[in-house]
Amino acid sequence: MQSRKDRMIAVLMISPSLALLAIFVYGFIGQTLYISITDWGQSAALALNPEIHSVGLQNYRELFTGFLDARFRHDMLNMLFFTLLFVGSALISGLFLATLIDQHIRGEALFRTIFLLPMSLSFIVTGTIWRWLLQPTGGVNVLPTFVGLPAWDFLWLSSRSQAFGFNLALIGVILAATWQMSGYTMALYLAGLRTIPEELREAAKVDGANRLQIYRYVELPLLMPITWSAVIILGHIALKSFDLVFAMAGPDNAPTSVPAILMYLTTFRGNQFAKGASIAVILLITVSALIIPYLVTSLRPRSAR
Amino acid sequence: MKATRWLSLIIVGLLLLASSTAMAASSTSPSGNLEIFSWWAGDEGPALQALIERYEKLYPKVKVINGTVTGGAGVNAKAVLKTRMLGGDPPDTFQVHAGQELIGTWVVSERMENLNSLYTGEGWKKAFPAGLLSLLSTDRGIWSVPVNIHRSNVLWYVPENLKKWGVKVPESWKDFLAIAPALKAKGVVPLSLGENWTVAHLWESVALARLGADKWQALWQGKLSWTSPEVVDAWKLFGQILEYTNPDASSLSWQQATDMVVKGQAAFNVMGDWAAGYMATTLHLQPDKDFGWAASPGTKGVFMMLSDSFGLPVGAANREATLAWLRLLGSREAQDIFNPLKGSISARVDSDLSKYNAYLQSAAKDWRTNAIAGSLAHGVVANERFMNDFATVMEIFLKGRNPQAAAKAAQAVAIQSGIGR
Repeated sequence: MQSRKDRMIAVLMISPSLALLAIFVYGFIGQTLYISITDWGQSAALALNPEIHSVGLQNYRELFTGFLDARFRHDMLNMLFFTLLFVGSALISGLFLATLIDQHIRGEALFRTIFLLPMSLSFIVTGTIWRWLLQPTGGVNVLPTFVGLPAWDFLWLSSRSQAFGFNLALIGVILAATWQMSGYTMALYLAGLRTIPEELREAAKVDGANRLQIYRYVELPLLMPITWSAVIILGHIALKSFDLVFAMAGPDNAPTSVPAILMYLTTFRGNQFAKGASIAVILLITVSALIIPYLVTSLRPRSAR
Repeated sequence: MKATRWLSLIIVGLLLLASSTAMAASSTSPSGNLEIFSWWAGDEGPALQALIERYEKLYPKVKVINGTVTGGAGVNAKAVLKTRMLGGDPPDTFQVHAGQELIGTWVVSERMENLNSLYTGEGWKKAFPAGLLSLLSTDRGIWSVPVNIHRSNVLWYVPENLKKWGVKVPESWKDFLAIAPALKAKGVVPLSLGENWTVAHLWESVALARLGADKWQALWQGKLSWTSPEVVDAWKLFGQILEYTNPDASSLSWQQATDMVVKGQAAFNVMGDWAAGYMATTLHLQPDKDFGWAASPGTKGVFMMLSDSFGLPVGAANREATLAWLRLLGSREAQDIFNPLKGSISARVDSDLSKYNAYLQSAAKDWRTNAIAGSLAHGVVANERFMNDFATVMEIFLKGRNPQAAAKAAQAVAIQSGIGR
């Protein structure tokens, strides 16, 4: 067991990080919470000593029921659709790629690198590239003309069409995000497939299962833990996404707008600091709803599993 | 031990000497550092640089720090500026759009010094048009010095193409709506449009045409309601005009919308006169020959202006040097150094027109004679909160194309931002 001296040294070693976290993460969260229950953002918001009054939950009420804050509710819907579809397609394409690469093909390392490479780009670079690719006149819409067919006329990011409340303009953003992150899920699944003990597959073969049945009934269920951790990681990236959408569609394209962009604009363009803080708090609660259950289950004592 | 102790004594001594010489340097001529905060970089950098060089020649003791924050047409710079001001560390002077973008953010927060005595002392109240002065002032004083003037309500076209298609430059939006269907039938986009801020830019030209300069002014003084019939009618007209724009507008930058006109894919484009700079300098086109311009339909005789300006923040570190900079900015000489390079016109009525190209000369003549209206999309007539929420109003209109709903939303926004009543 650790001696008292060892424990004291341990505490001292982590106390600078703890102090920084306490101030710059939790202190700032507390300040944002405080600002969100005030009315900071009226006309003289940027004075040296601005007049701030506490107004309780009025900002939150306005966000969810106000006439002018309809954009917030649309953005939340966009964010949810984006998260679900992006995570889903990243998982499926990652699994597909991992399964293909797992077939012991030639040049496996080369393909792994190619598929993983997009993850090294920043979202801004990805957003800019895909913005150019998805330009309605001259981007991917031109592809069919190479085989003599008429060009596509889908407006991609400029589209205002909807399907069951889902803005089709988000398809472009989901495409770009999946392109970037499917290498990540591919790497996870490949590692997962490779760690499945060969005995399990052989046992299934002895029981008379063919390759497809082995895949479906032996390998996929064993990949569930990986799927869950991928869902958490990709999910919280999607819920907070700002830079990808900003680079692809700009700040004011409502069909693709997400709450993080609205928070930035409300605070820094509209000078409504309290309203922006409320949006930030709601985003925090949304992401926590995803992360906290994961933390709780993964930090449970090992014997309880 | 002894050597290091001597060394530290020497270092301390040198530091004391240096700081005392710095403090003793204040004399009648400005000295020290002058931090100029702006978002002018890239193509617009040389114009600012020319001004800085002139300033450094006049005041050699001042070291100018060119604090540019690039990107986002100023969104990033404004964010950085706000964090600095809130933190009590204002730059000596900063670029800001003249008008409500300055007044509604910084003047109401009592962060700017009144420049009235500077204006009187330099005789600027006669050198700048009265319409401009009223847009720069509140009843408590004048708050910034305009460096340039850009015009917002300009219609751009290629004369050859218009001849080819057999259309004339429309004098009113009614004329435009009459010729647009024929153009559309030929496969030409009648009016090219770009991403979201250019839509607001088009809206203000349409609204100005429908309301006229006086009612436009009344709208921003809270005397005309946003739900009054003229304003609702402006939204209705705007909706009709949008039918003749390109559907992929939100994927295009303003330069790409201008390119559509240049390449013959579109007939007209409403954009500020930075388009002239783009076409003349970047695309190497000749004004009057390769591209033509007119006041946007229905706004002949009105100059819708926007202006970059500099002010004096309260608590600026080097007040003397900043005042010297402002004095330079408002002078005839400095404006005629800066504006030919920037592609805009001088704010003064006495500028030397020989230094400007064909388009700018025509714009300067209009500046001296036309009625002056302030731009909405570029921060002259409405404060930042209104402009931010106006994006929501525009979205409500673009989604439903309902003029009544947009007018109601705009009125609600105006009341919340302190403009309407």
